[in-house]
Amino acid sequence: MSVEKVLMKGNEALCQGAIDGGCTHFFGYPITPQNEIPEYMSVHLRAAGGVFLQAESEIAAINMVFGAAAAGARSMTSSSGPGIALKQEGLSYLIGAELPCLVVNIVRGGPGLGNIAASQQDYFLATRGGGHGDGRPLVYAPASVQELYDIARNAFGVSERYRNPVMILGDGILGQMMEPLELRGPLQEPMPEKSWAVTGAKGRPRRVINSLHIVPSENETFCRRLAQKYAEAGEKEMAWEEFGADAPELVIVAYGTMARICRSAVTTAIHEGVQARLLRPITLFPFPSARLAELAADANAVLAAEMSSGQLVDDVRIAVGGRAPVDLYGRPGGVTPSPEEVSEYIVSLCRSKSVRAGSEAQ
Amino acid sequence: MEVVYERPKALTDAPFTYCPGCTHGIIHRLVAEAIDELDIRERTIGICPVGCSVFAYQNWDCDMIQASHGRAPAVATGVKRSLPGRVVFTYQGDGDLLAIGTAETIHAATRGENITVIFVNNGVYGMTRGQIAPTTIPGQRTTTCPTGRSPDLDGNPIRACELLSSLEGPGYIARVAVSRPRYVRQARRAILKAFQTQLDEGGFSLVEVLSSCPSCWGMAPADALEWLEQNMIPYYPLGEFVGGNGEKPGG
Repeated sequence: MSVEKVLMKGNEALCQGAIDGGCTHFFGYPITPQNEIPEYMSVHLRAAGGVFLQAESEIAAINMVFGAAAAGARSMTSSSGPGIALKQEGLSYLIGAELPCLVVNIVRGGPGLGNIAASQQDYFLATRGGGHGDGRPLVYAPASVQELYDIARNAFGVSERYRNPVMILGDGILGQMMEPLELRGPLQEPMPEKSWAVTGAKGRPRRVINSLHIVPSENETFCRRLAQKYAEAGEKEMAWEEFGADAPELVIVAYGTMARICRSAVTTAIHEGVQARLLRPITLFPFPSARLAELAADANAVLAAEMSSGQLVDDVRIAVGGRAPVDLYGRPGGVTPSPEEVSEYIVSLCRSKSVRAGSEAQ
Repeated sequence: MEVVYERPKALTDAPFTYCPGCTHGIIHRLVAEAIDELDIRERTIGICPVGCSVFAYQNWDCDMIQASHGRAPAVATGVKRSLPGRVVFTYQGDGDLLAIGTAETIHAATRGENITVIFVNNGVYGMTRGQIAPTTIPGQRTTTCPTGRSPDLDGNPIRACELLSSLEGPGYIARVAVSRPRYVRQARRAILKAFQTQLDEGGFSLVEVLSSCPSCWGMAPADALEWLEQNMIPYYPLGEFVGGNGEKPGG
């Protein structure tokens, strides 16, 4: 397996990862800050023998993804918040019809037109999303150009294993930043056989791709089967990373760009005597709740740090389950805090009266 | 005993879900007959919409996809761009094709996607019990224009064939009706030509079929067919707009 090291922009690394992961079809639409994705795919996916089409809207694009996925292709689309909002019905149909695909959100400031700066204000849209009804995409949050590449490269396999859309949640900084990247080459595993795909009923009974279950009890059975899929994904696909003090008084939960900032902030805080540990979810759904609960049980406090008014913090509170007080460091609207702002917050949080003393004993 | 007429092979034996007197049944059969005559059943993928024909995936004996409202041409594009050698058709109502799906319709046509669109125009939203549609004609009463469509209040209808024939992607565009046997035979020929256009990679093909909706129009089935001929055909002239051999509109 060849390994080549290059300097690449996040959005493009994601594209190359998808291509190396066997992507055959890309349908997209321009929106800042992800325009490099359709532009790269229009050249490189075609060069790799795949199909690129700029659709007339984000809605058309997700429906093209639906059609191609139904026909057995490895199809994907990308957008930012406003376009992902448009795609929600399509995502729900993909989930309901049990189709695999990759959807990428390079998040910008919102709500509404917002701005084109990086934010984490689409956490709810991603993890509570997948449109209407019971059903969620599997959500990944890369925090580096390498992770954008690796997660995209593996995404179709995960998506096909569960017959469920996979969503990659990036942001405007990750998409634009350039970092060294190890290109791992095309995946060796062939695409699995898709015995459900509609390819023309030659020599076999006809197949139907459908999300309509008009009898409520049948739809209940189907929804329970979806829940079972997600429980299995929780056991097999969940991923996270930790960094910092071994016996933390403060557990910080952050993902993506905010996790990178918090890593620096944690280093500073430890230097100033605060025993802080960062838990960085890599899968946002399924969320590493059990591990967070474990860490929270022995900590004095948990801090959710995110570039939003408070969305990740809900999952943090659910997971912590009252074992420790949960605080929020939230910067919404497209503002990126500095590591110094975050470390100051961490240090003052730990020295405040609301946190039980204990750092000196450690 | 000689069999002179039977269910087309491309239709399953699942009962239709339509109201008595609805012409969807005729149109489903014409599509199935075209599939049989061209011997393409094993490589056909049909896409059925939201609307009265949402359950049509039960009726055609080929691979089927149920798509979201208005988006069938985009779904068809995804299928055809994955499996170019297959025959892909959509079956859509007037709200699906000309309201929520206007962009998808126009763009699939202008890209010249080699798909076949069967457009069933009955001037109302049937499944949801009869609201105004983009093809409701002026003066026609519906549940959301109960005093009759007024261009001032409700805007003007859209003529799909005329609109799409201004584009360069289509290879065959025709409007037919199924209100009498002669028109049904014309419709059968048009639907065959549309599928043949796809087989010849001649570009986007669409057949608009003027259709009755006795339930939502509040008429007996035979009266509905008469109303169609007297009111819809003058507004939506029959004929071939793009391709074909010159059965020109209004002829």
